[in-house]
Amino acid sequence: MASADLPIEILHALDKSTPLLSSEAFPNVKFLDLKSALDRLASREMIRYDTLEREEAILEPEGEQIAANGSHEARVFEVLRKAVEGLTVQELEKEIGDKNITKLGQGKAFKEKWISKTKDGKLQATKDSIDDLTQQQMQTIQNTKTLPDPKVLAELKKRKLVRMEKVITFKLHKGPKFALEIPEEAIDLTPEMIANGSWKTVTWKPYNFKARGADQYAGALHPLNKVRAEFRQIFFEMGFEEMPTDKYVESGFWNFDALFVPQQHPARDMQDTFFISDPKVADPPRAESAEDKRDYDTYWDDVRAVHQNGKYGSIGYRYPWSGDESLRLVLRRTHTTAISANMLYKLASKKGPDGRPPPARYFSIDRVFRNETVDNTHLAEFHQVEGVIADYGLTLGGLMEFMVVFFGRMGLTDLKFKPAYNPYTEPSMEIFAWHQGLGKLVEIGNSGMFRPEMLEPMGLPKDLRVYGWGLSLERPTMIKYGISNIRDLLGHKVDLGFVRNNPAVRLDKN
Amino acid sequence: MPTISVGKAELFKALEREYTTEEFDELCFDFGIELDEDTSQSTKPEDKAQPPQLKIEIPANRYDMLCYEGIALSLRVFLGKQTLPEWKLTAPSSGELQTLTIKEETMKIRPLCSGVVLRNIEFTQERYDSFIGLQDKLHQNLARQRTLVSIGTHDLDTIKGPFTYEALPPEEIEFIPLNQTQKMNAKQLMEFYDKDKHLGRYLHIIRDSPIYPVIYDSNRTVLSLPPIINGNHSKITLNTKNVFIEITALDKTKVELVNQMLVAMFGGYAESIEPIKIVSPHNNESREVPNLNPREMQVEVDYLNNVTGLDLPPDEISKLLGRMGHTVTPSASDNNLLDVSVPITRADILHQADIMEDYAIAYGFNKLPRQNPNKAATIAAPLAINKVGDIVRLEAAVAGWSEVMPLILCSHEENFEWLNRKDPGGLAVTLANPKTVEYQIVRTSLLPGLLKTISSNRHHAVPMKIFEVSDVAFIDLSRERKTRNERHFAAAIMGKTSGFEQVHGLMDRIMLMLKSAFIIREDGLTNDDLEGYWIEEVEDPTFLSGHSAAIKLNIGGKNHTIGIFGILHPSVLQKFELQYPVSTLEINLEVFL
Repeated sequence: MASADLPIEILHALDKSTPLLSSEAFPNVKFLDLKSALDRLASREMIRYDTLEREEAILEPEGEQIAANGSHEARVFEVLRKAVEGLTVQELEKEIGDKNITKLGQGKAFKEKWISKTKDGKLQATKDSIDDLTQQQMQTIQNTKTLPDPKVLAELKKRKLVRMEKVITFKLHKGPKFALEIPEEAIDLTPEMIANGSWKTVTWKPYNFKARGADQYAGALHPLNKVRAEFRQIFFEMGFEEMPTDKYVESGFWNFDALFVPQQHPARDMQDTFFISDPKVADPPRAESAEDKRDYDTYWDDVRAVHQNGKYGSIGYRYPWSGDESLRLVLRRTHTTAISANMLYKLASKKGPDGRPPPARYFSIDRVFRNETVDNTHLAEFHQVEGVIADYGLTLGGLMEFMVVFFGRMGLTDLKFKPAYNPYTEPSMEIFAWHQGLGKLVEIGNSGMFRPEMLEPMGLPKDLRVYGWGLSLERPTMIKYGISNIRDLLGHKVDLGFVRNNPAVRLDKN
Repeated sequence: MPTISVGKAELFKALEREYTTEEFDELCFDFGIELDEDTSQSTKPEDKAQPPQLKIEIPANRYDMLCYEGIALSLRVFLGKQTLPEWKLTAPSSGELQTLTIKEETMKIRPLCSGVVLRNIEFTQERYDSFIGLQDKLHQNLARQRTLVSIGTHDLDTIKGPFTYEALPPEEIEFIPLNQTQKMNAKQLMEFYDKDKHLGRYLHIIRDSPIYPVIYDSNRTVLSLPPIINGNHSKITLNTKNVFIEITALDKTKVELVNQMLVAMFGGYAESIEPIKIVSPHNNESREVPNLNPREMQVEVDYLNNVTGLDLPPDEISKLLGRMGHTVTPSASDNNLLDVSVPITRADILHQADIMEDYAIAYGFNKLPRQNPNKAATIAAPLAINKVGDIVRLEAAVAGWSEVMPLILCSHEENFEWLNRKDPGGLAVTLANPKTVEYQIVRTSLLPGLLKTISSNRHHAVPMKIFEVSDVAFIDLSRERKTRNERHFAAAIMGKTSGFEQVHGLMDRIMLMLKSAFIIREDGLTNDDLEGYWIEEVEDPTFLSGHSAAIKLNIGGKNHTIGIFGILHPSVLQKFELQYPVSTLEINLEVFL
């Protein structure tokens, strides 16, 4: 049946009798054709329909065979009844023509006592007639698609003679706009309709309010960069200046020595840090522009002194400090503090209105590297968010209060501070916040006050204290968005669907 | 950070009370260590098979808490259950100290040695295990995998001083290694332990040296072959009464520190701690060891109070610092000064800043008075290049392109060969020790990351339009760090058609947004004052011949080539496994600063 005519046929059938069962009126129409024709009419309110679901018993091939030829045992009986002298098993098999049916039928027929064995080993019938119940059941199912006794039906299903199928039929009614013709419908307002005024009289095709709108083929910003934008905004609101992070490659001096990280520290291990083979070595710290008049040699000597012999009230680490180790090139590792060190060294030569280095607030958010075996939570690259506040008379209580404000902007509250160890800060505090979802305290960042051994060689005054804190950009993003694999967030394996469909980021909300 | 496993029942007995897991967790939190796991809550069969353990993470600079003894001691002091013991040296009744003479040849391999004797020690299985465990932790952490320091412990009753620390060719050193039965020379020993899971990783420390360090007793019995293994002869057991400890090292500070830690942790189980005499005239290292005297330092009261925001009098500060193991007395000469005796266990104290932190911990970090952090007003400012980058990012996204963030490290072939580019040498920053080929160099172009991203997203419908704004890096020998970053913008489109007009159009759009006008090539070349950009055809093997163009820019009276765009060469597509045509665009943004 051509589906183009189907809606008209349905209308005519309904005109004759209503309501109507689709399984009776259109038994041979394909389900999908029928459904689309009904939907077309229903959307115009010409008809309405109810969906009826029921289960039907359908014969499996073996069941169909039984319905047609009788059960295996009945067939065995019938052949033996005809052979007066009885038959050997081989003869029986030949008559029936199927080894399997013979074998199954024989067993069942013995059980029913329809057949017996003669003295010479032949098989013979013991009755004149039998009642083939199984065949009758199969025939009933064939005709009515069910059996009165559900237990029997279940049993037949188990024997794989029958299977159950879900069948959907529709009960059709006339709708409020029932007619035998389908009227022309306008799908959309056109310039012509506006010009000729036909929009006043036209029949509108009802709009499908259940469907999604048109795809926008929109561009998108990366979710991680959206989180980064939120962090930058928080920093700007609090008066921070963005630090230049344009150096993936650092010398050991800036990345470690200037931060008072001893040369035997595990962070400086090949296992942890990417070293550079080309180019070979850095220059000692020096000016890169003519305006830069700072005394780098003294800085270098003072850093050596504070590591090797101690200085500025510190006993130092007391080991032979190696200039060569300091000039090894490394990829910026796990923190951007090398950049902070650079900025603070610059700050030391600035003069505020009172002649001293002025208070300053710096931040950066950029890529850092670590020589790590890649897994779900570790990549060799991630982003570090870092903030620095330099001012006179800073206290630990001020650092904690700042953290409360800073993390509060992200919706993180009930902060707790745990003493920790970090080579370049003293005191060092790990910051924990209560995680509602996990029901426990989770670590959200690290903070501290930079050590005098780091600040004083730069020439910063002793009473200028510096807060520093850091956190990865990925961790809070993963916690916020329930992402468990960092490779779903950063790198070339990230799914573009994730980039395109991730909502705008509002750290203070949800 | 090292994690130490201690018996829960034993520790709570030492702390004189029971703690719930939560309570103990809180105690750890306040003290600055971390309860990693309480195995009484574990369902693993291996945890259920033994008495409950507490796994505690220790900060990397607290070498005095790397065993049960140290954790129990520090917490008992912190809780005010006791003060730190005073460790004292006792000479033997004979008055004759054990002597260890260092030969000058050791200068070439491992020049330093220290040691001590623990007399009449009482080992139990737990103490013995803890003793071995502490050595292991010290070897791993402070000693940097035995490279800087290594420890050997011996049953003094099986050997006879005076001892010598020598350096000899491996063939001449012969002994039965610990827990072995066969005698072998040190060369054979290297082969014997080559595949050993535990010791194999230390062999490299001396293997290639023509001489190996070795310690002998007066009968030429080998005590140990540092830093690899001890001899079986002098092995310590549960029944050992007198322990001889030798510590060899490259680092003068750490060798004494290790000695002090061992004595502080296990001296308490011995009747006496007996010094030994080191004879080492060639490097002026002759001395008696160990030194168990606390280190005296002075700290300023106003500094402690200023930084913590507290205002406590000297005697209260002293009390609080006592809970961190320090003996503190207000200075007789200056009431702003405190005399602090730092015990041998606190090697982490370098500066009065460390004392200040201890003061804050003892007081309680979370109880410190809070203060307004806004002391001075400062002015916020974005970084100029990030501002330019953000303009380009936003405009590209508004134009319908999706931002991606591939990795900065890549393989050499992705950056060069796969793009039909030749490595001219001296261009790409090369890594010395990557764990995989994925991380061989720092990219010099954003294209590999974009193409890998498309390749991983082939299940998405085309056209696929992506971009990235980020840094590449180059070798630049004129700089202090010999390298320089450069901010780039790149975009790629894969579709059923080449997308050439698309990247061209995106480029025009970005230029417009950066206030750069389109000008005709001839005008640009002849008139330096005319600012704007033009494009001209270039041959570049990355792109299909005749289908790539260089982007030229006149800005500030200067003429730059700032980028290139075109249809990728089919061989490039093949390398990155891309089945449709791809066009790309890459621009250096630094000129727009």
